[in-house]
Amino acid sequence: MLLATPILLPLGTAILLFLLRRHPVHKLLSVISAGVLVIVGATILASTVANGPMAAQMGGWAAPYGITLAADTLSGAMVLIAGIAAFTALMFATVEVDEATDRLGFHALAHSMTGGVCGAFLTGDLFNLYVWFEVMLISSFGLLVIGGGRRQMDGAMKYVALNLVGTIAFLTGVGLLYGTAGTLNMADLGEKLQGRMDETAVMGAAGMLLFAFAAKAALFPVFFWLPASYHTPAAATSALFSALLTKVGVYSLLRVFTLIFDPGNEVVATALLVAAGFTIALGAIGAAAEGEMRRIFSFHIVSQIGVMTLGLAIGTKLALAGAIFYFFHHIPAMMGLILLGGLIGRECGSERLDRLGGLWTAGPWLGILFLIPMLSLIGVPPFSGFWAKFLMIRASFEAGDFIFGALILLASVLTFFYLGRVFVAAFWQPRPGLEGDAVPACYPHRLLVVPVMLLAVVTLAISLWPGNFFALADGAAGGLLDPAPYLGTVLGGQ
Amino acid sequence: MEEALAILIGFLVACGAYLMMSSNLIRFLFGLVLISNAANLAIFAAGRMTHGLPALVPEGADTVAGDVANSLPQALILTAIVIGFGLFVFSLSLVLRTYAEFGTADSGGMRDAEPEDADRPATLDPELR
Repeated sequence: MLLATPILLPLGTAILLFLLRRHPVHKLLSVISAGVLVIVGATILASTVANGPMAAQMGGWAAPYGITLAADTLSGAMVLIAGIAAFTALMFATVEVDEATDRLGFHALAHSMTGGVCGAFLTGDLFNLYVWFEVMLISSFGLLVIGGGRRQMDGAMKYVALNLVGTIAFLTGVGLLYGTAGTLNMADLGEKLQGRMDETAVMGAAGMLLFAFAAKAALFPVFFWLPASYHTPAAATSALFSALLTKVGVYSLLRVFTLIFDPGNEVVATALLVAAGFTIALGAIGAAAEGEMRRIFSFHIVSQIGVMTLGLAIGTKLALAGAIFYFFHHIPAMMGLILLGGLIGRECGSERLDRLGGLWTAGPWLGILFLIPMLSLIGVPPFSGFWAKFLMIRASFEAGDFIFGALILLASVLTFFYLGRVFVAAFWQPRPGLEGDAVPACYPHRLLVVPVMLLAVVTLAISLWPGNFFALADGAAGGLLDPAPYLGTVLGGQ
Repeated sequence: MEEALAILIGFLVACGAYLMMSSNLIRFLFGLVLISNAANLAIFAAGRMTHGLPALVPEGADTVAGDVANSLPQALILTAIVIGFGLFVFSLSLVLRTYAEFGTADSGGMRDAEPEDADRPATLDPELR
């Protein structure tokens, strides 16, 4: 029952919120429900760390015939992160999203998306994973267009088109695997397909799934939907998307290419290495060429997705642990920066760098809040990004892939350049059209600042106690590389 | 039977891919529908083709008798058709709204979210450069 809660809670909340969407209390309910999700996620994570993987068979049909929900340390951590992301983003949205959009059901859509994301993290069945992908996609489509004008329609069209193509590839891959192995349970598939990577049907299915997850994760060469759409909706939506959607893609890659397909397959690893390398480089270069806050952040997300995928491509335990640690570091820092970008945009009336300015005199504490995630994403010690990048660079050097370690370092230099430019533009340059002293003092709504502060606290916690978080990531990576306890829990007993 | 189905799937994918290369969004969507139906047929073929063997349990028995059609792929396809239908309806209405906003269904004319170079914001205040 505990395993079904992170799915039932958001979906049930979504229905309730849709019915109550004209009532003022629905925003409060929305934030409370997301807060409960944080507690549920923490409970699942604590249980998996203490007692190993857990599984539940839906409808009492034993695996591999029924639909299995399963959680190991990685799933537990991801559900907890999803809860934190939903909690902070929705709190920000209570003020940021206007009344008219609320009445259309913004919070209901956000919760049904969170439900789909948690379902994807917890399911142990490949077709069920496809269904959760769809739940998440259709809700994200709604969030992207809700209450929007031309810009949002334009971004949504590109987002929808590429994601639908990825979806079809996913479905075809699932069909091919079923035709080959006669099962859809991921644990069962893993056992049946062991050592059969060189069969045409298995490799074909692997290729289909690789394309589908790469499109979802925004990897090179199928990343262009992300910078086309992520900057168009409300900042809370952007932050929620950045925390959850691409990460589901990377999570699925991690899960499917360690559990179902033999890890370390030469062809897959090479494809992932090339894709990851180009993603890191092009994301960083793209960000450096943009002049609008959230477009810079969008390209930055792309670049960082490359680093996470690199962990899977290298495939050693340290690399996988580094990739999972990167999740922990990246999600709160990136969300904090996007939410702050939205806040700054509200203060200055634009997100274009040439129209920002003067905020250091108007609200220097805002600058401190900006510096924490910014320095972390650049990788300045002692912030969390330093530890994450240290792990990934060390993993690539140990595996002999020196060029990728160098690439991460170069991308960090570019990150310093483009994020630093956002900081200079927003805080140090005089506001265009205003004299230096004329910038009005900045008193944003409390509910806009609290989420950013919460995320900054998470980032600081990871920065100050990286050992604890690395132990967690290391345990999760161990679970991916040695699936025996996972297989035993899903297939044996119950 | 499998061969005929394989040829049909290939034909659908080819038509779909051709339509999807158009910059007209309606054509793109129609291509997408063709390919998604090809995917459904592929799942159907993956469940092995049988002829005239419904998966029914005879009266008084507990299990099916002998060889019957595999009903799981059919259930999967039904789910996929329903999901695909929902996504298609959403995309069609999105295209309609986009057409109303932009006055064109040609994706080349949609540059609001990603303006062309001339309309892009400068990276810094010119005086600071």
